[in-house]
This record gives sequence, structure tokens and C-alpha cells, in this order.
Amino acid sequence: MIPAQFDYVAPTSVADAVAALAEHGDEAKVLAGGQSLLPILRMRLNAPGVVIDLGRIPELQGVSEDGDHLVIGAMTTYAAVLASEAVSTHAALLNKAIATVADPQIRHRGTVGGALVHADPAGDVGAPALALGAELVIAGQGGSTRTVAAEDFFEDLFTTAVGEGELLTQIRIPKHTGWGAHYEKFVRVSHQWSIVGVAATVRSEGGSIAEARVGLTNMGSTPLRARAVEEALVGKEATDEAVREAVASVAEGTNPPSDLNGDADYRKHLATVLTRRAVLAAAGA
Amino acid sequence: MTITEDRASETPAAEIGKARTRKEDQRLITGRTRWTDNIQLPGMLHLAMVRSPFAHATISAISVDEAKGAPGVIAVFTGEDLKDIQGVNITAWPISADQKTPDHLPVAVSHVAHAGEIVAVVAARSSAEARDAAELVDVDYDELPAVLDLKEAAKDEVLAHPDLGTNKSAFWQLDSAGQGSGGDVDEAIAKARDGGIVIEREYRQQRLIPAFMEPRSTVVDPTGEQVTMWSATQVPHVLRFCIAATTGLPESKIRVIAPDVGGGFGGKLQTTPEEFATLAVARKLGKPCKFTETRSETMVSGHHGRDQWQKLTLAAEKDGTVTGLKVELMADLGAYAAIVGGGVPVLGAWMFNSIYKFGAYQFNTTNYYTNKTWVDAYRGAGRPEATYAIERLMDELAVEVGVDPLEIREKNWIKHDEFPFTTVAGMTYDSGNYEAATAKAKELFGYDELRAEQKQRRESNDPVQLGLGVSTFTEMCGLAPSRILGALSYGAGGWESASIRMLATGTVEVVTGTSPHGQGHETAWSQIVADRLGVPFENVEVLHGDTQIAPKGMDSYGSRSLVVGGEAVLRAADKVIEKAKPIAAHLLEASVDDVEFKAGTFGVKGTDKGVTISEVALATWTGHNLPDGIEPTIDADATFDPDNFSFPHGTHLCAMEVDTETGATKMRKYVCVDDIGTIINPLIVEGQVHGGLVQGIAQALWEGAEYDDQGTLVTGSFVDYTLPTSADTISFITDHTTSPSTYNTLGTKGVGEAGTIASTPAVVNAIVDAVRHLGVNDIVMPCTPERVWKAIQAGSPVNTEGERDAAPHFDEGAPNQDPASGASEGSGQ
Ligand SMILES: Cc1cc2nc3c(=O)[nH]c(=O)nc-3n(C[C@H](O)[C@H](O)[C@H](O)COP(=O)(O)OP(=O)(O)OC[C@H]3O[C@@H](n4cnc5c(N)ncnc54)[C@H](O)[C@@H]3O)c2cc1C
Repeated sequence: MIPAQFDYVAPTSVADAVAALAEHGDEAKVLAGGQSLLPILRMRLNAPGVVIDLGRIPELQGVSEDGDHLVIGAMTTYAAVLASEAVSTHAALLNKAIATVADPQIRHRGTVGGALVHADPAGDVGAPALALGAELVIAGQGGSTRTVAAEDFFEDLFTTAVGEGELLTQIRIPKHTGWGAHYEKFVRVSHQWSIVGVAATVRSEGGSIAEARVGLTNMGSTPLRARAVEEALVGKEATDEAVREAVASVAEGTNPPSDLNGDADYRKHLATVLTRRAVLAAAGA
Repeated sequence: MTITEDRASETPAAEIGKARTRKEDQRLITGRTRWTDNIQLPGMLHLAMVRSPFAHATISAISVDEAKGAPGVIAVFTGEDLKDIQGVNITAWPISADQKTPDHLPVAVSHVAHAGEIVAVVAARSSAEARDAAELVDVDYDELPAVLDLKEAAKDEVLAHPDLGTNKSAFWQLDSAGQGSGGDVDEAIAKARDGGIVIEREYRQQRLIPAFMEPRSTVVDPTGEQVTMWSATQVPHVLRFCIAATTGLPESKIRVIAPDVGGGFGGKLQTTPEEFATLAVARKLGKPCKFTETRSETMVSGHHGRDQWQKLTLAAEKDGTVTGLKVELMADLGAYAAIVGGGVPVLGAWMFNSIYKFGAYQFNTTNYYTNKTWVDAYRGAGRPEATYAIERLMDELAVEVGVDPLEIREKNWIKHDEFPFTTVAGMTYDSGNYEAATAKAKELFGYDELRAEQKQRRESNDPVQLGLGVSTFTEMCGLAPSRILGALSYGAGGWESASIRMLATGTVEVVTGTSPHGQGHETAWSQIVADRLGVPFENVEVLHGDTQIAPKGMDSYGSRSLVVGGEAVLRAADKVIEKAKPIAAHLLEASVDDVEFKAGTFGVKGTDKGVTISEVALATWTGHNLPDGIEPTIDADATFDPDNFSFPHGTHLCAMEVDTETGATKMRKYVCVDDIGTIINPLIVEGQVHGGLVQGIAQALWEGAEYDDQGTLVTGSFVDYTLPTSADTISFITDHTTSPSTYNTLGTKGVGEAGTIASTPAVVNAIVDAVRHLGVNDIVMPCTPERVWKAIQAGSPVNTEGERDAAPHFDEGAPNQDPASGASEGSGQ
């Protein structure tokens, strides 16, 4: 478990980091919390010549508010997000999902940005980011930045809109103040990745569902948003029966993996059960 | 020297039975101690192993030039280079005279039989450089077809070792009619078919991977009079013997040290290719060498456990009185016969009949080779498999008869007033009280209340169903009477040795031939000696695990350390007292016959004169005033060879909730009442029980080694090999009943494996009980939510992909009769 040799640089600004990326090209790999990258290096599945550590760039850290948006720096750790009152108030779903990630050690190292760029379909941050309609701010060469909607961010297994020479810098989340939220994560042992996860957040009005957002973890090569289910839920009472019916088709068109934890059909079945539970819990039922 | 005139009238509080915290824990837990990998020797080189990625291949060429030229590299060796001195990894237990045993070379020369087998060794100045260079070794393989499935192996169509001509290693049978311990099992079954009950099942014991905390590590120093090997092993003495037996090094030139060892669970009772390769390279280079494996290497190279198919036929009368049991096992040895190897299933032969009395019994095992990692003892070794089978069957019988599973057990178990009892397998159980343990467990569990809740959940069609699982187990511990081992063709004895050295300043060194690796022997042995010799606990030092310090021993496994090794310690202590007595009498100017020993002091009957054993030790050391002709030492050695095994038992009750919508299972309550004989240290016992329970529960729910159809281990890291953590378990309720063993002085029975052996069937019985009304009578282990859910859907045991499920084995077209293809890829990280 010893990585192959590499050079190490630790820039202190986004500009320097982007410049380092340009200089080293595809020899370089960006290091955030290292919770995905280091296992990969140690198992020698990848051997970059240069590792660019983002850990010393203050502007990538922390949670702030910008009008009706929350802004989370890409290098903000899971633990910091969990501790943020702004997040629990305005994006409770993210808080609930992150609380299920791995274990405390990993949550103190792993970062939200790293998780999003790593884009493991079994990771727990993608689905809530999608469901909350997050926007991802990407810094490119020469001080350029662009903003990509979560919907367009996840391209495929381990592939995102972040291109060569680019960095994810911020996650901007529209405030969902007052929305109920629940993340239903299905695992066999507690420290496991999601076999299936369902992220649901709901705005209730007088006992029925006014708006709902639903994201699915590990039901395809990217996190998925269940728009049809979201629409079917609008106006429904938060009862077992009504929700059961509204979410019945949540797995339609998904393409989950088959592995030792379950085959695709089982995952589809799980998604249906877990979506019902997540929505009901989010609605406080 | 002083003569104590006032003998302490009070006996010091007995150490035995005291919940002492472990004296060795401070250093073990902080890691500021001697783990093998912590050892640094001057000029030491580091090794990396080049391993075969193929399950089965011949090696056509190995090019090492590039690796040799890499930075820091001192040498690269292939199997060919080491051929003359590397020795061979032997099996100690050929179970039949005609057993087929392929040569197992530490570093393969021309043929590899499983993925992960070593084909070359790189020695470099640093571990990182060695690993870098290992990637540069270029090996040409000619891939051969691999046999990966046990039932496929039995067909002999694809051979794991083409040279052997067959995959079958050996067959072994115990037949109660043949050996005179019971009747003819086929007759009993035939009779039951006509008006009685016959339960036929086939169960799967999946492959498990021992997950000790400290990966294996070996350091060899070839300089000096003896070649010294430090290794993270449970078996330093066995290792020394095997090195001497196969490498040409005289035994007297070998010193093996097991320093602090971080767990083993059987996984470190192997003598490993890595140890032999490290030794060979160190000798070649004349320099100290170290090899420490990564966890990924443990997973493919350290031996695995279990891996059996169990075909079972239980015969009973209509009322549920068992009349016979026939066991037909297929056991997967993996690619090679390991040190216990083919003997592991045989260790179960006396345990399938468990605590029950019935007339006819037959045990058969056929062992096969496959192109997978080798298989050997893992916590319980043969006995968990047996216990699982019989305890699952008893539940099935209860259903057939229509009574509670506890009732069917009570009907068939040996009553407390029937001990000693000779079983149908031919073992004599000396003591036990199954009624008492069960009554206590039932009460602690709230058995009747939980049954009522189960009924209510069924009636209300609750999506979460409740099931209760029973396991009334026994096991044979204290391996082992040497004569029995001899009769079974095992390659060594089962005695244990101990020495006690009475030091001049009043402290005591206890040398034990057992080799603790986390159990707490240092503490328990100190308690025994402190009581026996009447010296303070703190004054006792326990030494072990170094063939220079403890030259004789049979090491630690099979719940033997206390039962056999503890008895040796006790006997050595008694010899010390005997040797000290005439000296004490001389000092007290009394006749030996008038001297009695109590609470650390030799006193003269009817007087208050006395001399402590420490004072005798000092007087002996000075030698100034001893009786004529006496040898000036009171140190003593003892070697104990038990007459019989010991037979702990217990009643384990488990309540499981099953979410019928998802198949998820959740433990609600677990109670165990174990009878492990006399308890030396309740705290250590608690630790053993809790850890053991989790390990057994993990087999039921979480763990399983899976290969793909190329023979690559899919569960090759802890991402996919799902070990539980404390977050996955509940607080267990544990208690004891005590019927001391009659085969040793202390009355101890052994507790190292109890939890693991008993808990697996308790959990599976509970899950099946929760969903039996939905048409389920078996779920293959590990009982993943997917399997549970699919079983519920099918209303019968089902075949999930990559699975080979169990069901009645004579049902035509039963799904388990048609093994599906290998497992699919695990999820990415
Ligand atoms: C034992 C274990 C269990 C885990 N369990 C879970 C779980 O249950 N659920 C879950 O969701 N996750 C889990 N994880 C993964 C964890 O969440 C990781 O922390 C996360 O996937 C990556 O975040 P990181 O900050 O550690 O990124 P790193 O590992 O440092 O980087 C990941 C990848 O993203 C790239 N990258 C990082 N930051 C940027 C950036 N700002 N711009 C461009 N590229 C960037 C890196 O180059 C690398 O390719 C687990 C990890 C471990 C080790």
C-alpha cells in the first residue's frame, strides 16, 4: 500500500492551482481530502507525476450565504458542512445525506468538492446536489469561471463537466428554507457505500405536498433526479397510500448496477420502497 | 534471612475469578511495543512479493533484469533461484494414507495454482523501492483452465493440479456402526422413511477470510549462531519445526520469535510462503530482511476458512426423537493442503451429533482442490460448520413435528444426570447441564414475551416480522490428547509445557509454550500462579513466544491455551511447592511431614512458625543453608498431555427483525448462557464471548469471499468484504452456568471459540423463523437483504445470481441443484 513516487505542490490560491494544472497537464492530479484519491494511488491504480494539494487555499474553504443561495467552498469537509447551521437551515437534505457518509474520520477529511468531482455513482453527495438544483462553479485557465447546473455536471461514471486544467471551486445551492428532508441510505454494514440511496426534500402545505425533489444514488452511472415522481407528488397527501402510488414508477428507466450487494432488479425494487420512505419522512409523516 | 513468625492469618483474596484488567493491554493498545513490523535491524532489507494474477498457469519465463536495475534494489529471486533452500509448506495432517497432496513451494517454480501465489521476491533498501521494482518483474504465464467451484471440482473435468490427475484430495469417514459407538445409520434412515421423519437438507458454509488486525509480517536475521525469525504467528514452535523439517537448517540453528501478535483467529496458525521466502532470501543475501504484507495481500494469500457443502440426512421418530444422522461433506481446500488443511472438516466429525443422544451416526468428508486461496482453520475450525448443520436441522425437525425448537432439543439432549456420557460419535462428555443453561437463557431473553410479539406481528401482517433463533451448542476444546492425534495421523502431539522460575528477589517467571496473540494469557496465567503459589499477581511475569525462552510448546489455537497450557502451568507450580517443601522444613527445623503449604507460606502444623515461598526461593538461591544432598533449585517444569478434550456448551437465543419489504435484517436481542467450566478472569471471558459472537454473526449476515469466473477474488478489500464494526452490532446479554471440567485440575473448558461456533445458526434460525410462514425454510449465508427478500418473493430458497443455494437435496429440480455462474463484479470505490 505504498503509492508510486510523485512530486507534490501546494498552491495557496486558485490562480496558482490552475496555473500548476496547466504546467503539468495530464501528469497532474488534484488532491482534496484524499479519501478517494489516496486509496487509488496506494493500490497503484493511478500514478500521477505531480499531486496538487488544494488544502492550503483559503478561498476554497467554508460555507457562506449569498442572497437566496448557499455557497459551499469545494474544499469544505463533510464535518464542516455537518456543523454548519446555514446548511441545516437552508439545505437540510445535504446535511442528512452527508451524515451517512462513511465514518467520522473520513468525514473529517473528505470534501464536498472532492466527492462531486470524483463522481462515484454510489457516493452520497450527488443525489442531494441534484435534487436541490445545485450549481457548480468551475475555474479554468486565465481566471475564467463558468457555472454548470448539477443536471449537466454529472456526465458518466467518474466523469463530470470539470475538464482538463479546471478546478471545481464552489457549490451554489438555492435555499430550501423550511423544506423537510430525508436521505434514505440502504447498506449492509454501516461504513458501506450506498447500495441504493434516495434523497428527498419536500415543502409541505397544510398536510399535503406542495413541492418535492427526489434524487437517486447508485441507480445508474450518475446520480439521477426523479422528475416524474416529483411531479406526481405535488398536491398529494403525505400518506403511505398516496405516496406509494406516486413513487411507484421511480425506478423506471434507471440502469442500476448488479453486484454482490444486489442485482439490478433488486435495486429497482429497493428504490421504490426507499423513495416512499424518504418522501414520507421528509414530509414528516 | 527471616523466618516469619506471624503467619498471615488471612488468605489473600483469590485471584482466580477476579475481573482483572489485562496487564498487557497498555502496550498493546498504544502500539508502543514489539509488533513484528516495528522491528528494525541494522542493514535490514525490505522485500516485496511478485504474485500471480492468474488462478492457474504455468510460468514460461521470468525476466528480472529491469527490476534488478531499479533504484535501491539489491536482488531479485525467482523460485528457481531459491529452489534448494526455500523448503516447502507442508501439511501436518494427511487424513488418509492415500491423500493426494500437491507440493506447495513458497515461491512457485513452474506452476501457479491460485491468484496471489508468489512467483518472485524483490529485496531492496526500502519497502517502497521493493514495491516499485516488483512491478518491473516481467512474468510470462501460459494460462490454464481453472477450477473454481467445489462441485465442479468434484467432476474432475478441469484439474487444479494436472499432475495429480484428480482434484480429490482424500476421503474420511466416521461410522458409528463401524467403530462400535452406535448403530447403522442407513438402517435408521430407512426405518424413518417408513412412518418416521426424514429431514434432508444441503447447507452451504461459505468461504470466509480471517481479518486479524495486524497484517502478517516476518523479519529474519541470518547473522549470529542461530538464524532468528520474528513473525506475526500463532505457532512459533510449529514454525520452527517446519523450517527444520524442510529447509535443511538444523532445528538447533533456528530461533523463532512471535513477538506481540495482533490477532489470529486461526489465520496465523499457518506456516506461510512469505515466512519461508523471507528466510530463504535472508540466507541467500546474509542480511536481515523484512516482509510485511498489505491487507490486499492478506486477502489473497493468507488462508481462508470454512467453504463446505453439507449434505445432511436426519432420521427421527414421529414424535421427534432423533434416531440417526448422516453427514456427507464436500470441503474445498483451495489450491493446497494447508497445515491443518484436510483435517479441518474432520475436526467437525465428533460435533455434528452435538448435545444430542441418538443411535446411529455417520460422518463423511471428501476434500477437493480448487484454484483458489488455500483454506485452513478459522475460529472454530470444523466445529462451527458442524454446529450450524445440526442446529439448523433441529429447527427443521421442530417444524416437522410442530413443536417449539427448544422443546425438540430438550427431547433429544443429554440430561444433566447422564454425564459422563459417551456419544454416538464415540466422545465421552464429562460434564454439562443443558437444562440449566437453557432455563437461564430463556429467562434473560424473555422468550415467551418475544414469541407472543412474533405471533402478534404475524397476525397483523406487520411488514417487519420477528424471528427467534436457538442454538444449543457444544464444542470440543483443549486440543488435544496426543494419542488421539496420533490415531488420526496428525503430525504432532497435543501436550503443552510450562516452566516456573522462582527468582531470588521474590518475583516469578512463568514460561508457557502457548503463544498468545491478544487473548490475555499474561494476565490469566499470572492469576493462576499467584493463587497457587500465594505470591502477588504483580510479581508474576509470563514469558512466551520465543523458542529460546520457551523451547517447548504447541502454541495457541483450538481453545487449548488455558485448558492444556494453563494446566501445565498449574502443575509446574505444584512441583515448585513440592521442591520447596523439604527446604522449608529444613529452614523451619521441622519434619517435612509436618509442613503444610497455604497462601504462599510453608507452616508447621500446630505452630505459628512459617516461611514464605519467596523466602525459600532466596534461601535456595544463596544455597547457604540447604538440606544435605538437595539440588539448589526449586524451579520446575511440567508438560501436560490431556486425557480427553473438554466440552463447553451453551444456549444462545437470538431475536431478529426482518423487513419483508427490503429483506433487511436487524438484530433485536441476543442472549447467551455459556458453560465454560471454571472462569479464571470474567473480563477476559466477556471479551472472548463478545468478539466471538460478532465473528459468528458476521458469517450469518455479512462476510463471504467471492470469486469471479477468472478466479480473481472480488471481495479483495474491505470495501467488498463487508466486515462488521461496532456500529453494526448490539449489546449482547451474556451469562454463565458452571459445571467444571473433570479432565483438568482447574475445571476449565475453553472459551476462545464458543461465541463464533454458537452464534451463526442462532442468527440464521432466527431469520428463517421470521419468514417461515412466508414459505421460506432456508437462506444461504451470508443472509444479505437481497437473498432474504428473494427468498420471501419465491416463497422458497432461491438462486440469486452468483449463488448456489441450499434446499432439500433429493428434490428433483430444486434450484440449488444447478449452480449458477460466478459472482459479478463488486461495486467500485
Ligand atoms: C472507507 C471509505 C468509505 C467511504 N464511504 C463513503 C460513503 O459511504 N459515501 C460517500 O459518498 N463517500 C464515501 N467515501 C468517499 C468519500 O466521500 C471521499 O471523500 C470522496 O469521494 C472524495 O472526496 P475527497 O475530498 O476525499 O477527494 P479526493 O480523494 O482528494 O479527490 C477525489 C477526486 O476528485 C478530484 N478533485 C478533488 N477536488 C477537486 C476539485 N476541487 N477540482 C477538481 N478536481 C478535484 C481529485 O483529483 C480526485 O480525482 C468513502 C471513502 C472511504 C475511504
